[in-house]
Amino acid sequence: MTLLLGAHNLRRDYELGRGGEVVHAVRGVSLEVERGDYLAIVGPSGSGKSSLLNLLGAIDTPDEGELTIAGRRIENMSDRELTDFRLRNIGFVFQRFYLLPVLTARENVELPMAEAGVSRADRRARASELLRYVGLERRERHRPTQLSGGEQQRVAIARALANRPALLLADEPTGELDARTGEEIIALFERLNADGTTLIVVTHDEGLASAARRAVHMKDGAIVHQEVSRVRAGNDDTGAVPSQE
Amino acid sequence: MRALLAMAALRRHGARTLLAVLGVAVAAAMLLCMVMLSAGLRESFRELLLSRGFQLRLSPRGTLPFDTEATITGASEIARVLRTLPDVTVVSAVLGGQLHLERGDASVTSFALGVNPAAQGDYELLSGRDALAPDAMVVNDEFLQATGAHVGDTLQVAAGYNPQLRSYSGERRLVVSGRARFLYLAAGQSAAALRIGTLQAMTGRARNDEASLFMVRLREGADVEAVRRWIQQHVPRVDAISTAEAMQRVDERLSYFRQLGFILGAVSLIVGFLLVTTLVTVSVNERVGEIAVMRAMGISRIHVVQQILLEGLAISLAGAVIGLGLGLVTARYLNSILSAFPGLPAAIDFFLFQPRSAWTALGLLVIVGIAAGLYPSWRAATLPIATALHEEAVA
Repeated sequence: MTLLLGAHNLRRDYELGRGGEVVHAVRGVSLEVERGDYLAIVGPSGSGKSSLLNLLGAIDTPDEGELTIAGRRIENMSDRELTDFRLRNIGFVFQRFYLLPVLTARENVELPMAEAGVSRADRRARASELLRYVGLERRERHRPTQLSGGEQQRVAIARALANRPALLLADEPTGELDARTGEEIIALFERLNADGTTLIVVTHDEGLASAARRAVHMKDGAIVHQEVSRVRAGNDDTGAVPSQE
Repeated sequence: MRALLAMAALRRHGARTLLAVLGVAVAAAMLLCMVMLSAGLRESFRELLLSRGFQLRLSPRGTLPFDTEATITGASEIARVLRTLPDVTVVSAVLGGQLHLERGDASVTSFALGVNPAAQGDYELLSGRDALAPDAMVVNDEFLQATGAHVGDTLQVAAGYNPQLRSYSGERRLVVSGRARFLYLAAGQSAAALRIGTLQAMTGRARNDEASLFMVRLREGADVEAVRRWIQQHVPRVDAISTAEAMQRVDERLSYFRQLGFILGAVSLIVGFLLVTTLVTVSVNERVGEIAVMRAMGISRIHVVQQILLEGLAISLAGAVIGLGLGLVTARYLNSILSAFPGLPAAIDFFLFQPRSAWTALGLLVIVGIAAGLYPSWRAATLPIATALHEEAVA
């Protein structure tokens, strides 16, 4: 396997209001993700999971540290370079779906492809293919308000896959779903990973975390523990990996 | 896709968008009215002055045409001298006065013009015959209405009323030979035109051969200013005013209207700007999460800016189209009120529609529409993505 993402000593501080208290959201995190990997980031609320995911997804920039994704150094990129990099290399799935309510399911999936300059015919075909992949081929023309929560999340996943990203990031993707629908999404993620998609998922959901190949546990902005999932590792033991810190 | 998103964003709150469009339409209507007002009066006056092809007007020294009751003596001699100029093709002497008629117990007073019917520039004959005979006169509808007379009637008319002696200097029986529309009269003013010799005789102005005004038509391509200067130099009893100079004096007198038009037009533009920018800013604030996700997905800042600008522009354009129609209707209504303004010719339009006015108003509204979208689009494009998503999630 080849290295897709390498983070070294990432640090991100936030100031609460001007001149206010400084929150050390991410403190010296180092992490490596290989192509085809499926990583879960778990930890209590406020442990810095989402802040770390924002850094790994290049929608926030670290105050310190180095980040390399698909062979590109991220931390020194301009906003324009970062935007284009995200468009072509990273897919996002959010807890609250964030589909554009004015567009149909297919148009939502087409949106990143339109931005990437894909022709209308190609993006239409690709959107249909992706919606079929997530089991929504009959919902192409439906607007988000006409879809259930699980269906909306599947459209969001299809949208995240539109430009064939090297890395798919998901922030609490089952957080707004009931248990049964959540399981469908977990199964979909497993299928995606089995088909070659590299996944990093932030979650409280034990089911989702255990479906990942490995999990990193965060506390107070730092990784305190890494483990290989017993299910995906194919044995009964949890192969705990010591924290890099 | 950006246009689709912009239109869809506006449709999402259709009622709100419609109200904003109507607000912009009212501002656009006001703007069009003000643009029409600022240019309309001047253009209308210019068209009126040039309508009969006279480029020069000669009035008694120190006065404007029909500003006072002053007259120019030796009218025939001046006309003869002017006709000797190679560039002059027509000279029309005009004498102003009043006619009085007794109709039953009532007395009717009417404005009277003494003219040379063959070379006059004061009226258009609508029906009947011109006042070619010494005892003929043409009158307007207001005259006929006030006197109850008809074309073909013979009327006993008097002129040159002396209030101390309570008598007239001349009385005649004149035949109403035709019906005419007088170009320079105020609305509702009754008027009659007869030969200048007849009016001179009735008003006692024949002895000095007096005229109130000369109108001079020049051949095409003549140097108007050169002729004006020559007249000014060689006929010292008159002020020669070219159409261009008259327009300049009109401009000076009507600068109030232009200033009013400018201020109210600017106010309507500002109101339109604030309306659009408020609506688009509110819309952006409601979509912070969506915009942050779009940016996270890789939608560029410039495309976010374009989408928001399109929203502002679409509201402005829709408002402008409705507003232009509304403005034309409003201008017509206001024009009907203001055309009764005392002392101004009824033929003058305060609000004159010219395609240039509509294009100017439309262009200004497009600029305002784009400017109105600048702040919200800048705000949307510079959203810190991670912070915006975090705040949305917390909210």
